[in-house]
Amino acid sequence: MNILRYLLEKEFRQIFRDPSILRMIFIMPIIQLIILPQAANYEVKNVKIAIVDHDHSTYSTSMIYKITASGYFILTGINDSHLDAMELVERDHADIILEIPAHFEKDLVKESETEVLMSVNAINGMRANLGASYLSVILRDYNQDVRLKWVQLPRFDEVKRLNITSTNWYNPHMNYKLFMVPGILVILLTMVGAFLAALNIVKEKEIGTIEQINVTPIKKYHFILGKLIPFWMMGMFVLSLGLLVARVFYGIVPLGNIGLLYLFSGCYLIAVLGLGLLISTISQTQQQAMLLAFFLMMIFIMMSGLYTSIDSMPYWAQVVTWFNPVSYFIEVVRMIVLKGSTFRDIQFNLGIILIFAIVLNSWAVFSYKKRN
Amino acid sequence: MKQFLVFVRKEWYHILRDPKTLFILFGMPIVQITIFGFALTNEVKNAKIAILDPSKDFASTTLINRIDASKYFEVNDYLVSTKDLEKYFKEGKIKMAIIFPQHFNQSISHTNTAQIQIIADASDPNTATVLTNYASSIIQDWQNDLNKNRKLPYSIHAEVRMLYNPELKGAFNFVPGVMSMVLMLVSTLMTSIAIVREKELGMMEVLLVSPLKPITIILAKTIPYLLLSLVNIISILLLSVFALDLPIQGSIFLLIALSLLFTITSLSLGILISSITNSQQVAMLISLMGLFLPTLMLSGFMFPIENMPLPLQLISNLVPAKWYYFIVKAVMIKGLGIQSIWKESCILLSMTIFLLIISIKKYKVRLS
Amino acid sequence: METEKVIIVKDLTKSFGDFIGTNAITFDVHKGEIFGFLGANGAGKTTAMRMLCGLSRPSSGEASVAGYDVYKYPEEIKRNIGYMSQKFSLYEDLTVKENIRFYSGIYGLNKSQIHEKTSSLLDQLHLLNEKDSLVKSLPLGWKQKLAFSIAIVHNPAIVFLDEPTGGVDPITRREFWEMIYQASANGTTVFVTTHYMDEAEYCNRVSIMVDGKIEALDTPSNLKRYHNAKTMDDVFLILARKAQRQADQ
Repeated sequence: MNILRYLLEKEFRQIFRDPSILRMIFIMPIIQLIILPQAANYEVKNVKIAIVDHDHSTYSTSMIYKITASGYFILTGINDSHLDAMELVERDHADIILEIPAHFEKDLVKESETEVLMSVNAINGMRANLGASYLSVILRDYNQDVRLKWVQLPRFDEVKRLNITSTNWYNPHMNYKLFMVPGILVILLTMVGAFLAALNIVKEKEIGTIEQINVTPIKKYHFILGKLIPFWMMGMFVLSLGLLVARVFYGIVPLGNIGLLYLFSGCYLIAVLGLGLLISTISQTQQQAMLLAFFLMMIFIMMSGLYTSIDSMPYWAQVVTWFNPVSYFIEVVRMIVLKGSTFRDIQFNLGIILIFAIVLNSWAVFSYKKRN
Repeated sequence: MKQFLVFVRKEWYHILRDPKTLFILFGMPIVQITIFGFALTNEVKNAKIAILDPSKDFASTTLINRIDASKYFEVNDYLVSTKDLEKYFKEGKIKMAIIFPQHFNQSISHTNTAQIQIIADASDPNTATVLTNYASSIIQDWQNDLNKNRKLPYSIHAEVRMLYNPELKGAFNFVPGVMSMVLMLVSTLMTSIAIVREKELGMMEVLLVSPLKPITIILAKTIPYLLLSLVNIISILLLSVFALDLPIQGSIFLLIALSLLFTITSLSLGILISSITNSQQVAMLISLMGLFLPTLMLSGFMFPIENMPLPLQLISNLVPAKWYYFIVKAVMIKGLGIQSIWKESCILLSMTIFLLIISIKKYKVRLS
Repeated sequence: METEKVIIVKDLTKSFGDFIGTNAITFDVHKGEIFGFLGANGAGKTTAMRMLCGLSRPSSGEASVAGYDVYKYPEEIKRNIGYMSQKFSLYEDLTVKENIRFYSGIYGLNKSQIHEKTSSLLDQLHLLNEKDSLVKSLPLGWKQKLAFSIAIVHNPAIVFLDEPTGGVDPITRREFWEMIYQASANGTTVFVTTHYMDEAEYCNRVSIMVDGKIEALDTPSNLKRYHNAKTMDDVFLILARKAQRQADQ
């Protein structure tokens, strides 16, 4: 136990001796946490639309007015030809082209039926789908207006109509920041922990100090604990700073028990640091360790469910996410912060993370060889 | 020139002698493009939902079956009362719930109307919106079927055509994005660490007393990584075409040339980072911690740039990946030529020149 | 000098694939002795020493250090030895005092012992004024002396020194050897590798390794007599000429 004390003392001294690293660990995540959530807005509010109006009629004009007045679309061009509009799409200046044929009004009035053509840039499938469905809703509304004008509807509508009401729980104002801030905090915490731990032991290998340690009677788990504890404390500090930023800048106060959040984060950090230390013990150079850490981090982050939904992935990919500690934490942080979930709700995730923590750290102790 | 080649060869040996690093360098883009290309999609599919259906009649059952049969939803639970709802949401078991009224069928046939309530878990607002939309349109379709034999007058039909990606595959968006992330981060990370490592081990001084100019030494360190990136670019493109069925609509040479330009931009950024730091740890923290999230979030492939507040839109212009992402989409998927992307290419080029000039200045100051 | 044997080595071998770093070496080291372990670069000195320190597992053969078998009890050995490697391996980003404190601490010295050790070491090394300087700011000679002092901070039975005086000026080398004699006088066995032949003269006994084998082992005077040489340098040249291996292996 005493030996651990000296190890910890040494690690802390080394950490605090390098202010450039300290600054980076604390300031970089905080700045990113302040700035980046502003960027995360999927909301399809500003769909850029180009309209090709071959009709130039009263109806086509009033329809265009209805679209632009909806607030969901930004009219980026009224073109005379499809080709001109396509050019806007090519330059990413338009997401949707709405083409109104020449006999639009005539067909509508005379034939009681007419047609428009929507061409949607579908490189981003979700955006395409949403944009198209918004536009369809507006067209349907406009269609309804037209009908009301021409047809005297009977008092008792024979058309069967379902009323759909929708409610958004936990985030009624659909505030994207509520959703992104905790998620980004998790990612930043994971990066700080994993990268620092991954670099640490291998650095001692590269500069040779590990030789001197290996020839002492120090226990392997002491050595690993000596690395784990300081980083754990720094991670918890970054977490607290992050929660403070979330509160001050975004007004996010966890609905659930904050102690529960810290409990989970504490276990999670042990798992992530264990992973970092494992990477460090199996690497020979810092460059190797970094690449390996980056490789895993990128997979973990992209497959975490923060940016894209895990349910939408093919089954094999969902299986991959079972081995991704980040995905469990993203889920839990949302549950506790936004839904006020309790210990019972998160116990499964907590159990999994504990298994990660035990396995990864034991593996790190095991693969740290005092002699080769 | 001969000296220079000797140097390049030395760097090349350094890299080749470390098979672990080499393995990750070549393996990473392949594994990531494969996983992300197949797995990531912005679409929301198979969302788990719960149903509360007290009426359990013909109408409600057919509607529920239709919802369950769609690729978007998977009915996970049938509730008996709204009491359980809270619990299911809190455990994260469901993303949405659909609540039917009592006597659903009866109310449709007699009063021609009925109320359906959708409750979405908006802790993820994006998914909530999309799911509510999907559910509403399924319900509306079903309602239209009820009225099938009645033709509405004065109808405007909208024909929808999906351009470039009619099957709405996630890979069309994610491959260009992941490509820009991997090329950017690997190149920046590797160069900055490789140069700073020499500094840390005291090798830089040895090199600098040699008659070579600092710029020669630095270039020699980056050229092997440029070649490695070329291999990566080609393997990514091969995978995209043969495994992910992505088209290369435009000129493949243009695509490779601009990818190399982008790699050089990233290498220059790596050189700049190496010129302002003295330890590998700091260099890598800047290259990864500093660049990872901003590249991911501000390049436009995750979040639409026009939705961002103005200051962030301006900042996003400084992210090289933003321009490269645009270029890849334009050349690869839209099949455009240089005349449509010369502006973006020029921006990348000037970024590169700018970064190189600053780093050379920084090195000169330090050495004199 | 028939005293207790603290290192017993029999047919100790380490091979790396096809390459045999140390080829069936056999020797003993007595308690309190200064044992010189000589050889050209690449002869296998460091490999042998690392096996004895428990840093590397032997391929075959037997060895015991301080009474403990190197296969079974490497951690017990570590409790009883000190080691100073070729490459300077103290923490350069810690101060002199912090390094002393750290290593004393992990060898299990208690608070008052650490305190005592620190002040006596700083005094002996004339580092009192430098006690709060970072180790990286010290000149190489001082660093080496500090590394040696730290290697014996826990009064080990044996201290292993791997080319401790490489790159150090003659005056500091002299002082360094005075410290070695001091340690030996205090009962610590010293196992030292070097390729400075004048230093070989300071040892009680020396062994000379060529191509992974021990070619000679005796007191310096016996070796000179046997090979009919004036200095250890000549002895070394006579033996080392047989070497087949490249020096830089």
